[in-house]
Amino acid sequence: MKGQSSVPQAGIESTLGDARLQLAIYTATGRLIDHRKKAVSEEALPDYQELRRIAHELKRHTIENLDYYLAQVERKVAERGGKVVYCEDGAEVSRFVLELARARGERLVVKSKSMTTEEIHLNEALESGQVEAVETDLGEYLLQLAHERPYHIVAPALHKTRYDVADILTGSLGVERETEPEKQTKIARGVLREKFLEAGIGITGANFVVAGSGAVVVVENEGNARLSSSAPRIHIAVAGIEKLIPRARDLAVFLKLLGRSATGQALSVYTSFLAGARREGEADGPEEFYLVLLDNGRSKLLADRDKRESLYCIRCGACLNHCPVYRKIGGHNYPWIYSGPIGAIITPQFHGVEQDPWLPFASSLCGACAEVCPVKIDIPKVLLKLRAEVTASGARGGTERRVFRVWAWVMAHPWWYGVLGKMAAALSPRPAGGGWVNKLPGWMAVGPLGSWLKERDLPPPAEQSFRSQWERRRRGA
Amino acid sequence: MREGARERILGRVRTALGRMPGEGAPEPPAYELVVRGPGPGPERVRLFVERFEALAGKAHMVGSAAEAGAKAREIVAGRSVVAVEHEVVRAAGVMEWDGDVRHGFATGEELRRACAECAVGITSTSYALADTGTLVAMAGPGEPRLASLLPPVHIALVPEAVILAGIEELLLRVPEPDEGTSSMVFITGPSRTADIEQILVRGVHGPGEIHAIVIV
Repeated sequence: MKGQSSVPQAGIESTLGDARLQLAIYTATGRLIDHRKKAVSEEALPDYQELRRIAHELKRHTIENLDYYLAQVERKVAERGGKVVYCEDGAEVSRFVLELARARGERLVVKSKSMTTEEIHLNEALESGQVEAVETDLGEYLLQLAHERPYHIVAPALHKTRYDVADILTGSLGVERETEPEKQTKIARGVLREKFLEAGIGITGANFVVAGSGAVVVVENEGNARLSSSAPRIHIAVAGIEKLIPRARDLAVFLKLLGRSATGQALSVYTSFLAGARREGEADGPEEFYLVLLDNGRSKLLADRDKRESLYCIRCGACLNHCPVYRKIGGHNYPWIYSGPIGAIITPQFHGVEQDPWLPFASSLCGACAEVCPVKIDIPKVLLKLRAEVTASGARGGTERRVFRVWAWVMAHPWWYGVLGKMAAALSPRPAGGGWVNKLPGWMAVGPLGSWLKERDLPPPAEQSFRSQWERRRRGA
Repeated sequence: MREGARERILGRVRTALGRMPGEGAPEPPAYELVVRGPGPGPERVRLFVERFEALAGKAHMVGSAAEAGAKAREIVAGRSVVAVEHEVVRAAGVMEWDGDVRHGFATGEELRRACAECAVGITSTSYALADTGTLVAMAGPGEPRLASLLPPVHIALVPEAVILAGIEELLLRVPEPDEGTSSMVFITGPSRTADIEQILVRGVHGPGEIHAIVIV
């Protein structure tokens, strides 16, 4: 975990050089962009901007009074016959699950997709405690078989082709090779159906935790979260402490934004609002319900008024889809499971800015992420704050600081500015016919300047500098 | 181990936010839930049907509970059925069909097995939302969770009166859903995935085929 990482040059280059992968990322994110665009259009959702504003305000209110709402949800869950379990980190979560499994004699856990449990490597921890944990979201299941981490918050197996999937299924399950997604899905359905009916414990994440209802809300399309939360005898929901919203009515705001921003759906296929265990008279459902509230670094993010906005995130993935950096380098070149712009702002805050000092700089600050964020997190602003922290920590930015110091001095000394400007123009290559500069003389193509110019063309230098033209004009020439 | 985690986490949260133990919170930001779209009546029903079908659900309009039963029977076409103990399903006569119709389970285990084995689940619905084509299933004595989930085909009987404009109207009418049920599920179309090459496949874990028989 510790130790400073540098830009994963090799990984990025291999992603950029993989034409098939580039196409997969580009088409998948492109499709999600189109779907979202239609779903939040003026015709489809006229009050979209108003909803975003309210969602932001609601999140701000909840986060700023978080201890109040934590106490409330704890009380409410208990009233509904469930139990809240606070955990500091992943180790505590897996210890809790393992102890419960042991006490109840359960050996099989079915899991629905949850970034929070990915974050703490729950599956590995359970396996090493002799409890089998099976991912049941189709994409996550395939990745579990392939021993990989999710590529995208919403579309975890975005980077896999049907042929990759065929290899995974035949390799792990020994089934006949099948390359039709429909048939592949059937194979997985068959295997997982048995697991659902056999498992004693179901673990889900939570898209929202409704403090006033003591309820978790789980949003999905496949039905595996419904199964995980209703077929096994025990349901455990694992949520970060930031997932709280005040009241059930607030779902009218958040659900309208989540599905549309993630996949362009007005509502995802299944939205489960789950308040405690099965009650008297109910025919089925879990007998025990636990809500695990995980910190794992989140409380560290609260202190800074601007940066705490990062905790408003509802994990829709829209910022990934719209990010020119994510769309080129994909999900696996980010240092943590949270990729894209949201990953770039939360990873350094969870792990410390010293650990991945390059990450806040891996952005062109184009602002597309903030534009599409359904809860209006000002991601570029947080990136800039983190950059300042990285620079202040001395982990990065030494060269930049020196360059800008020289620049500032030159800008403050007009005579030197004129002389150096003339020198630069004289030295600059002038392609024949006045075209753009796309080749540099060897002596210039070195160091940071060289690598900066490698990917960029320059316009040819003007015949006359602005200053000399101005001078001439002033003299009335 | 976990002892103390609660105090430590709450303590850090309070310190970071500059709050005192036991401190209250102001009212959450105020906003209005606006109910849009057609009021109760044929136009609302039409909107529900249109949206439900846009998501690949199949909607059928019938004039009475008996007609609903006949329609359901036509869809079932002799396959095995698990039916929930609900007055609407009973009124449709589903329990009197001959053939493999299972209902009235003595134990949860029996119910579970029936849901896992049968081809079709017939349920009612607590509410429906017109603007998103959504069925709202609230678990209760006559409404188990698994009947609309395990069988590959789901048929829901939808009396016109339960169709609301949308989620706003639902949450105005039922502001505290947790008081009446431990499980409220919005069902918006058949179970689906696009996890392999973004190709849409229906019926992953839940039903791939879903019918709404609207009784007007």
